[in-house]
Amino acid sequence: MGDFFGVLTNGNNGRVFLDGFTNTVELFVIAALCSLTLGMLLGAMRVSPVPTLRAFGAGYVNIVRNTPLTLVFAFLIFAVPKLGLNINPFPSACVALTVYTAAFVCEVVRSGINTVPTGQGEAARALGMTFGQVLGLIVLPQAVRSMVPPLMSVLIAMLKNTTIAAGFSVLEAGAIQDYMSERGEPRFGVLLWVTIGFLILILPLVAFQRYLERKWAVAR
Amino acid sequence: MKTFTRLATVTTMAALALSVAACGKEDTPSSNAGGGNAPASDTCQTSGATFTPASGVDIAGSSTFEKIKSGGTVRVGVKFDQPNLGYKDTSGTRCGFDIEIAQYLASQLGIDPAKIEYKEIPSANRETAIKGGEIDYYVGTYSITDQRKNDISFAGPYFIAGQDLLVRKDDNSITGKDTLKGKKVCSATGSTPIQRIRDEQLTEPNNIVEFKTYSECVSNLLDKKVDAVTTDDAILKGYAAQSPTDMKVVGQPFSVEKYGIGLPKDDKALRDFVNDALDAAYKDGTWQKIYDGTLGKSGSSATPPPLERY
Amino acid sequence: MSGGSTVLYDVPGPRARRRNAAIGLLALAGIAALVAFVIYRFNVTGQFEQRRWDQFQYSAVQRELLSGLGATLKAAGIASVLALLFGAVFASARLSDRWILRAPATFVVELFRAIPLLIMIFFFYYGPLQYGWSIPNLWALVLGLTLYNGSVLAEIFRAGIAAVPRGQAEAGYATGLRKNQVLRLILLPQAVRSMLPAIVSQLVVLLKDTALGFIITYPELLYYGKQIGGRLAFGLPYVPAYLVVAAIYIALCGALSMLAYWLQKHLSRMPKTAAPVMLRTDKETGATAPTPL
Repeated sequence: MGDFFGVLTNGNNGRVFLDGFTNTVELFVIAALCSLTLGMLLGAMRVSPVPTLRAFGAGYVNIVRNTPLTLVFAFLIFAVPKLGLNINPFPSACVALTVYTAAFVCEVVRSGINTVPTGQGEAARALGMTFGQVLGLIVLPQAVRSMVPPLMSVLIAMLKNTTIAAGFSVLEAGAIQDYMSERGEPRFGVLLWVTIGFLILILPLVAFQRYLERKWAVAR
Repeated sequence: MKTFTRLATVTTMAALALSVAACGKEDTPSSNAGGGNAPASDTCQTSGATFTPASGVDIAGSSTFEKIKSGGTVRVGVKFDQPNLGYKDTSGTRCGFDIEIAQYLASQLGIDPAKIEYKEIPSANRETAIKGGEIDYYVGTYSITDQRKNDISFAGPYFIAGQDLLVRKDDNSITGKDTLKGKKVCSATGSTPIQRIRDEQLTEPNNIVEFKTYSECVSNLLDKKVDAVTTDDAILKGYAAQSPTDMKVVGQPFSVEKYGIGLPKDDKALRDFVNDALDAAYKDGTWQKIYDGTLGKSGSSATPPPLERY
Repeated sequence: MSGGSTVLYDVPGPRARRRNAAIGLLALAGIAALVAFVIYRFNVTGQFEQRRWDQFQYSAVQRELLSGLGATLKAAGIASVLALLFGAVFASARLSDRWILRAPATFVVELFRAIPLLIMIFFFYYGPLQYGWSIPNLWALVLGLTLYNGSVLAEIFRAGIAAVPRGQAEAGYATGLRKNQVLRLILLPQAVRSMLPAIVSQLVVLLKDTALGFIITYPELLYYGKQIGGRLAFGLPYVPAYLVVAAIYIALCGALSMLAYWLQKHLSRMPKTAAPVMLRTDKETGATAPTPL
């Protein structure tokens, strides 16, 4: 048991864990904001009346959703620099996560808007509401209820996906075990601590998501 | 929904077409498969040493050897991206100093080198692979260290290298290990060189970049994402030789790396056998022949290092 | 949907059509510019050079790619079967009336959904080492994929069954069916239809996640892509290598999605009058089933 806690307290191991998880959270927050923005934009394209935009949105989603995130990472770290665009590993990781997650956000937005019955919009327009009013007063308030829980799922999945950056020279929680094994720490203990760290980060998010789901399920 | 489906179909068809085009050339017999217009630096050349399988080999008390003998094949862990050491060319041929040492050992174990089952194992996974029995032995720029001896055992050393730096040809600011401060340095995860950089604080922790393989580091070096690739000079010289107009080796080794054959920890009988086999190769000139035909091609010379038995 | 009225806008009139066409043209120009820029960058940096694509002509390289594809499919196939089994077992445990079955199943499913897949794969690959034995990398990958995707599938199954209107089960019990019969004869056949898209998306996720195998050196498609891209003698052709690998993945996953769409179309013979129920089911699963990612 002393061994088990030793993993955390030996030398400056605590520091590595702290740095790792700080980077994970940082990566998560930045990529979450960016992918929400990009995803909403793409979602807007997919429900817009302009066929070109709809096609672009659909194409993006279909390509990205069928590509492994690991491949997106590999492409950004090793292929994009070959095109003469130079980005550091950390921003590259942010971009990879954003590009990938945005496709899922886009789908949530699209299906969220589509769950609102067409009659709602037609009734609003019959009352003479403008597009902004229809969107802001009628459609979004109804759509958001069905959008937020799956959006939370997408973000929780993204938080877990940050570990993939470990394979691409970004020191985050997933990479801790490589550092630790260099120092001869037992991998099993290290991995247990990493898991505990993730559970601490993820479980509150899951609980919050469940709470929202329950609250809104009743209202419906 | 209809538009969506149609689009999905179109995208998929396009992707399918693309992938079919990529595989389609399989039908055309590749006239250049054996070399042809392949870059000379990619085509494998062996040293010319021949390895005849020994007959009637028996190693009393070696569980690894029992497995090898009953299976009629030996599984050897190697590297695949280190020119002149452990390399696999586009025709699928393997060559290099480490590969031929591995082939020599297989022949001494009574296995035809053509029957070796190669497993490509990167630095960070070597102990795992040996300990878990995924491979019978490992030959691939594997430095003998005390920490690793906790997990596995080493025969050899069969070669001595030193940690050095690979930089871009036009970069004169890096002349040795003490000029690395503020520079981005890349090496393979779980390798001794990266640990040395970290332990001796030769550059700032944020400037250390780690990938699974050295070729990824080299790619980043050429893309100017890192300033130096560090590992053993033997490995770096191979890369520099493949692209001499873009890269150079600094040439100021700052460590002694003794390459050993990675073996299962508790198999002393096998370790003694491998040491004896290496000793024989030192004495009958096989080692020298292999060296001259692989690593020695770059002009450097070497003699077999003394074995360290334990 | 195209051209029709949606919740956001009516069927466009002449002015709206003109405006939409203008925006469409603008967007088209933007996309064209983007594509042109990418092609320009490719060209400037020599990505179209013959030597960077040469490797794909070698039969050894093609064989490698094929064997990578085989390894990917093998891992995905085994893991899919195991994950579906795992999901079925744990979903039925979670639907059980006995808390002694329900509680541990809930715990397991929640736990494995919360741990990053890569960490689980590391557990199986590196963990046993400490105790002197090991799991081959194929099985480390498969076990990780099974536990994670199995847990998600368990949730999908549970949510799917929970989304069947309550009256169906009640009617079943009223005619004297046992719980097991209600589940098997009434709920499952209805639930499968609504769950199918989610199940297939999750299997697509599983297929994609086999790419994590390269981190523990399982020689799958991406692993060979990296190897091909890393050949210095061919000018480090990472761009062509990854594009080819991506095309293969997209084709594979796209084919799987298309199969799902086809299945769904042929399975759903629900009469039109049931539309409101469908909508409700849709909403329900949208909220409770985990989003595949």
